[in-house]
Amino acid sequence: MAVTGLVLIAFLLMHMYGNLKIFIGPEAYNDYAEFLKQDLLAPILPHGWFIWIFRAVLFICLVLHIYCAITLWSVSVEARGKSKYVRKNRKEQTLASRFMRWGGIALFLLIVFHILMFTSNTFQLGWTGKQEPYTMFMGAFAQPWMVVIYAVFVGIVCVHIRHGFWSAFATLGANVGKYAQIVLNVIAYFVAVLVFVGFMLPPVAVCFGLVS
Amino acid sequence: MKITLKVWRQARNASTGAMQSYQLNDVSAEMSFLEMLDMLNEQLTSQGQEPVAFDHDCREGICGMCGVVINGAPHGRYSSPVATTTCQLHMRNFHDGDVIEVEPWRAGAFPIIKDLVVDRSAFDRIIEAGGYISVNTGSAPEAHSTPAPKLQADRAFDAATCIGCGACVAACPNGSGMLFTSAKVTHLANLPQGQPERRRRVKAMIAAHDDNGFGGCQNIGECASVCPKQIPLASIGQLNRDLIAALFHADGRNS
Repeated sequence: MAVTGLVLIAFLLMHMYGNLKIFIGPEAYNDYAEFLKQDLLAPILPHGWFIWIFRAVLFICLVLHIYCAITLWSVSVEARGKSKYVRKNRKEQTLASRFMRWGGIALFLLIVFHILMFTSNTFQLGWTGKQEPYTMFMGAFAQPWMVVIYAVFVGIVCVHIRHGFWSAFATLGANVGKYAQIVLNVIAYFVAVLVFVGFMLPPVAVCFGLVS
Repeated sequence: MKITLKVWRQARNASTGAMQSYQLNDVSAEMSFLEMLDMLNEQLTSQGQEPVAFDHDCREGICGMCGVVINGAPHGRYSSPVATTTCQLHMRNFHDGDVIEVEPWRAGAFPIIKDLVVDRSAFDRIIEAGGYISVNTGSAPEAHSTPAPKLQADRAFDAATCIGCGACVAACPNGSGMLFTSAKVTHLANLPQGQPERRRRVKAMIAAHDDNGFGGCQNIGECASVCPKQIPLASIGQLNRDLIAALFHADGRNS
């Protein structure tokens, strides 16, 4: 759970950085996308191999992450027992920690939709036929409602990361004391906010016509 | 003061329980919570009704026997300004006319025996799996022959204050007993006497924890916030580090 989660967070940060290239211009953005698909680690791997290895690693991480989540969820339902509290006073737990599982389901749907839209080109929104990544990006986020839906889902990602980042490090034993707990939680908030701002800047800019 | 109590009544494990209301008129602010329950039971007995079954023993906050969920929090933790067990919670923390809800620990691993009494022997089975050191008994050894560093000795002592009341499990949204297990692991992992069995212990105790129907830890922190002995969440960090280290060793592996 922890290891695969951290791999997925690292991927998201890299993805966010890549999206920001939209501000440099169509060529920089498209070249970067092409480079990821073809040329990364090119002398070591033949052309076009990297992306498939990369996708396979991400897919395995995702499958393991979901498998662990389902296992833990079913164990948790059993461990809570049939007898339910008439009144439950929650103090310490954050909203983020309570939202992990439902948030995870929402994220799964987001990933499926995202792949169908920008990778397999099944849903075409604001563009037709096979297009450059830049054109797809501009087309999709020219519609304000798309930006709003995107913001909701990126928000869910951030809430998931907010608790997940701290929890992953705690599971790996990094919670050595009360200060470590504070530091890990502060970093978790920082990463969550960074991901939200980083992912929201390009769509908002496109929507308001700041990117040409 | 006048108190309205809503108490969980369940005749036995197999029967269905329900909250039942009782009125207490002359509750003194100096009474402990259990004395208030005693008063309720005297009232019920004189009326010819079945008294409320609840666990208690030392009433000094050191044995871990008592424990009920009061107003949604184990040991009434959010009614009290200090970390305490149910027996050391006093009625001065409540006000005249309050409605107080009293429920048993609810967890799959802690089946209800009757009313507010639950079966916590699952904790005993975790201890049996490794919460001890194997030494020959005899006369006490010379204390200075096994030096224990001050910092580790303090950590071990802090963890050893766990009284095994089960509040952590009662508070956990996952019904996990990780704080209890980690307190026992941290206690022995920080002492020289605990080292020979350290790796085997952490594996065996976690296996027993999972086998006895406790859930997994999601690092939510509700457990530590209700612990009457203030066992820190960092104990679970120690358990996780010990487990990761132990995974690279054969000790405790089924062969």
